[in-house]
Amino acid sequence: MLKTIAIVASLGLALSVTAEAQTPRKGGTIRMTAPYGSSFTSMDIHTTQRAQDEIYAKALHRSLYIWNSAEGRPVLELAKEDTVSDGGLVHTFKLRDDAYFHNGRKMTADDIIWSYTRIMDGSKAYPGARFVRIIEGAAAVEKGQAKDISGLKKIDDFTLEMKLTEKVDPGFYFFTALTSIYPADEGGKESFLQKPIGLGPFRFVEHVPGSRVVLERWDRFYKPGKPYADKIIVSVMGEAAARDIAFRNKEIDTSVLGPAQYVAYQADPDLKGTIVEVAEVFTRYMGMNPAFKPFADKRVRQAINYAIDTDLIINKLVKGKAYRATSWLPLTSPLYDKTMKPYPYDPAKAKQLLADAGYPAGFEFEWTTSQNESWGLPIVTAVIPMLDKVGIKVKVKQVETAVLAEVIRTGDYQAFIYSQQSGPDPQSALKCFHSSTPQSACNYMNFKNTAFDKLIDESGQTDDAAKRGQLLQQANALLYDEAPVWFFNYNKAVMAVQPWLKGIQLNPTELTHQNVEDLWVDETSPAK
Amino acid sequence: MLSFLIRRILQTIPTVLAVVLLVFALFSVVPGSIVSTMSDDGDPQVEARMKTQLGLDQPVYVRFGSYIANLATGDFGTSFRTREPVTTMIAKRTGPTLQLIFAAMAFAIVIGVPLGFISALRPGSIVDTAAMVVAVSGLSMAKFWLGLLLMYLFALKLGWLPSFGYGDGGLKYLILPAMTLGVSPMALLARTTRAAVLEIMTADFVRTARSKGMSETRVVKWHVTRNALVLILTTTGLQFGALMGQAVVVEKLFSWPGIGSLLVDSVLQRDIPAVQGSILVVVLFFLAVNLLIDLLYGVIDPRIRYA
Repeated sequence: MLKTIAIVASLGLALSVTAEAQTPRKGGTIRMTAPYGSSFTSMDIHTTQRAQDEIYAKALHRSLYIWNSAEGRPVLELAKEDTVSDGGLVHTFKLRDDAYFHNGRKMTADDIIWSYTRIMDGSKAYPGARFVRIIEGAAAVEKGQAKDISGLKKIDDFTLEMKLTEKVDPGFYFFTALTSIYPADEGGKESFLQKPIGLGPFRFVEHVPGSRVVLERWDRFYKPGKPYADKIIVSVMGEAAARDIAFRNKEIDTSVLGPAQYVAYQADPDLKGTIVEVAEVFTRYMGMNPAFKPFADKRVRQAINYAIDTDLIINKLVKGKAYRATSWLPLTSPLYDKTMKPYPYDPAKAKQLLADAGYPAGFEFEWTTSQNESWGLPIVTAVIPMLDKVGIKVKVKQVETAVLAEVIRTGDYQAFIYSQQSGPDPQSALKCFHSSTPQSACNYMNFKNTAFDKLIDESGQTDDAAKRGQLLQQANALLYDEAPVWFFNYNKAVMAVQPWLKGIQLNPTELTHQNVEDLWVDETSPAK
Repeated sequence: MLSFLIRRILQTIPTVLAVVLLVFALFSVVPGSIVSTMSDDGDPQVEARMKTQLGLDQPVYVRFGSYIANLATGDFGTSFRTREPVTTMIAKRTGPTLQLIFAAMAFAIVIGVPLGFISALRPGSIVDTAAMVVAVSGLSMAKFWLGLLLMYLFALKLGWLPSFGYGDGGLKYLILPAMTLGVSPMALLARTTRAAVLEIMTADFVRTARSKGMSETRVVKWHVTRNALVLILTTTGLQFGALMGQAVVVEKLFSWPGIGSLLVDSVLQRDIPAVQGSILVVVLFFLAVNLLIDLLYGVIDPRIRYA
């Protein structure tokens, strides 16, 4: 494990060193790919929660915060300063006075208030609502009980006061494009969908649905000298094999790699150097429903963790394109516990635990899965004989991914396999297991544990960051012991990047989401 | 002819209604609702507001009735996901899909029909065998795999064409997807043409023409071709309509901005109005092409009446 951390770290170091050693070149075209579907859902980024859409949105829009991959945390973007008062609940932001929308108008506090209020329109179910809900009074707007968010106050054009409902770092809530700031006078118009206006380093040129989005440099972007490139083209390329040919043919600058391509690229001396990888903040697991009698017993859940040869599956089936999970918090989480060891493969111990729990002959359960190659049917198929060895029989129930999400949220399962966001904020990631978190929100295993609740509650109340970290690490260790899930892996995101594209950031929240103003292409790029 | 046309158009109405009803009914029973996929924490109050906003709080028959009423005015509804009118979404994508289908069909006709003729005129020859091997291969090859092969050859190895994308909509971007889509109807046309020509070549009227001293070229041109055209046209019409559905795979593979990718994403995201609109356009296209073919029969063979 330490070796893998070292590899990730050295890769990051190598990339940053390369970027620093060369002077960024102005001009050229960056050709990125959007690999997660056949099209972009919408040019209104507030309406869509697909990672696919955020790829172009990172160029077009800006949020109050931005993810800084080098620091591994969100940092202020549209504000220069954040003053915290009232026991950590009130944040006063000094906003930038040099941020211009692509229609030439300067951004003010009104635009932020308008954007957040729009996102809280409950009848539209904007996905960013789950973040804005942290502002006092936002939930009332969502439920139609109020028109304005009481926790947002404009002090002047460039000063905004925000009162939160909990003592959290607002950066983790306001850095994604789902909470992008729109121009208040334009964002509500129908024409906005055809020609979106943002604050990002590139402005909209065209959207060819199902094919591409083209953006060009916004000269009034607030970061001096940036962006470097003249143009960005984001092509929709859902088929991995087609992406592979286009990448080898030098028609695209980035390509997300699946397990099979990961192996092929590693074996190819011409392509090996193009690979960048990072442990993303997603944990893959098999969730167990405590309402199903055998899974109510901790020993049964632990037995399942012992019965599965997880390393074998990761190495052979996932082709090494994943990091072994120990507990819930992933490798790139600031609170990842390096001393913790994953459950070893020990069928004898699994059998003993099953016998202790009253299931010496095992039992049968239904496992709901999608077809996903990394956390779906192929994995389930590989696990079945391992569980069979300790007497546990599995009945597979295959559903579509959209259906799986619904099944999980309604609790209509005995076990399921899934990939769930487990960062970047460790506090909110672990809070999913708090008994007060509804199953439909993210407590999918309906986990209830008094000791765990206490640790999470205490971590939310303390002002001491070190103590908070300790409490959350204890909570993570408690999860390991309680084993509400089979801890499978943390996603290893892998992307191939052409040698002429510089400044790629190892973003653990989603590798394809790049702060594009920092990217540049050298003179060897075939795209002029 | 006019009464025939009106009658045929009226006949399409029950077909369209049946398709709309089927799609509506299917999406009412399949698991996975738009509300639960959009609402992040399943708050009942928020979900109730969403249902009202999307009209999903109404019984199915009420929703179906209002959908049909809107359809009659040309309103396909508003996308649940993007909040855009479905007609706008479809309008953006119809052009590229039609461009692709017409190019694929042109490829199929230009290659397939002559190939079928040549094979039939020299049955059992090397040319015939080779042509039929090509035809059978074309029919049995998966489009996805064929597309990748063409990309590999013409883009990566030869460097003649771009491997993906729409570019400016120009010919060089169209060739590979059109070839991929067109190979299967090309193969079918080649086989159909061969079979039709072989059958006609042994017909009494062809023997009579030969016995009267008519040259082989004239026999083929005036008797065989004309009679074979009816069957070729029927196959062409059916393939034209079917290509609309088959284009889904090719559009996705080549990042071509057509209705196919809209349909796939809309199904996955349970965007019912967008799915219904896309399917409706595919069905209307299929019916329109077949109507056109029916009309063309009369032009090719005056014995066929529009009674």
